[in-house]
Amino acid sequence: MSRTALIFATILLAAALRASAQDATLDVPKSVVAGTAFSIPTEGSGQATLYIAGPDQVLKRDVQLGQPIAIAAGDLYNAGHYVAVLSSGSASNTAQFDVLPVTQPASISFLARPSRLPVDLQNGITGAVYVFDSYSNLITSPVPVNFQLSVASAPTQTRTVTTNQGAAWTGMNSASKEGNAKFTAMAGGVSATRVINQVPGEPCGLKMSAHKAGDKLNLITDPLKDCTGNAVSDGTIVTFTETWDGGQTTVDVPLKRDVAQAEVPAHMGAHLSVATGTVMGNEIRWEGQE
Amino acid sequence: MKRCLLVLSTVLAASGALAADQPSVQVEPTTLQGPRPLAKQTESAVIRDYLQAWQGLAAAMDQNRPDLLDQDFVGEAREKLAATIAVQTKSGVHVHYQDRTHDIKIVFYSPEGLSIQLVDNIQYDQQVLDQGKVVAEQPVHARYVAVLTPTEVQWKVRILQSEPL
Repeated sequence: MSRTALIFATILLAAALRASAQDATLDVPKSVVAGTAFSIPTEGSGQATLYIAGPDQVLKRDVQLGQPIAIAAGDLYNAGHYVAVLSSGSASNTAQFDVLPVTQPASISFLARPSRLPVDLQNGITGAVYVFDSYSNLITSPVPVNFQLSVASAPTQTRTVTTNQGAAWTGMNSASKEGNAKFTAMAGGVSATRVINQVPGEPCGLKMSAHKAGDKLNLITDPLKDCTGNAVSDGTIVTFTETWDGGQTTVDVPLKRDVAQAEVPAHMGAHLSVATGTVMGNEIRWEGQE
Repeated sequence: MKRCLLVLSTVLAASGALAADQPSVQVEPTTLQGPRPLAKQTESAVIRDYLQAWQGLAAAMDQNRPDLLDQDFVGEAREKLAATIAVQTKSGVHVHYQDRTHDIKIVFYSPEGLSIQLVDNIQYDQQVLDQGKVVAEQPVHARYVAVLTPTEVQWKVRILQSEPL
């Protein structure tokens, strides 16, 4: 065969191959649900390679042109935007499509804060959720999320919030009584629960009395309660202060069984005060008896 | 009104990237759901770290090196991207991503401050290579949803997922 004839034959062969490959059109659904089966019809004949590529998943398959390409259930499960390429010889056909999250929630990421807070605080508790399908895809279509805050001593607070781009949040009031609260987020039959510890608030109406005991004064508070009647936690520090003749005596004592008590020198005319945290109590001028 | 951020220019200039490869970045005004205000510094840091994450993703996918994800991704996002790289490596494929434009809007700052969600109308070029040979190159226009969480020194991408435009 002459050199010219060889070149001509090569050109013809290349053109034929290209034509064969270009016959392999790629008809991919615009969108498919994660994990579901679908097929891609092909035309032409011969071997080709299918690539489905996105940041979240890559598939590569050897395929037979002229037969549908079966993508089995569970093969492509990460939601996202994909480029599909059917490559045969030197030519390739491409398409783009989306894999959508399954709309049925399978798990919830639930952040509840704080884990401990005082009672009777408006919107003191917040919860934020992200809702996922069974393949850990964020479900970006709207999903109603039911938030419940339940405590033994009060009616359950309930709020329903619809997710926006897979996220939802709510604020809840802490109860007026101390104790653990169950904070639950539910979406599509899936729930997540967090425990919130509600503790007494600041003492309300701190009051002490003074009693002479020998050459000392016994200072004792009334049982300490917060403004909704919860006993203030034992261990809360109460500060007694005696001011007399330009000098000052300070005694810090922990609350024990709802009361705090301390002894200070009994000086006639002494000025006595009590405080805990930022809460000031009553004051007494000692004149030999209260 | 849209604001142009020069954050990425700074990031890429520092890394010596070519000016031609720098994506253009627009940041939409924030319309947050949630009670927590978003400080300007936080917004800038989140966008800077998100854009940097795209550079990390591109490098990791191009070189099939999951370790390059560690700086910018955590949790589910890192696991999924690493799994993609594992398949790419096994099948002799690698994918080159070059982001061209970002149009970013922060949409959610969780009340406790532990997550920020943004949406990004992004255009990028995607090149699929098999055994080093280019089998396809496609311009892609997609809408990504990302959730970032704070770590010791930066925000990292915990969720990165695209959805139909």
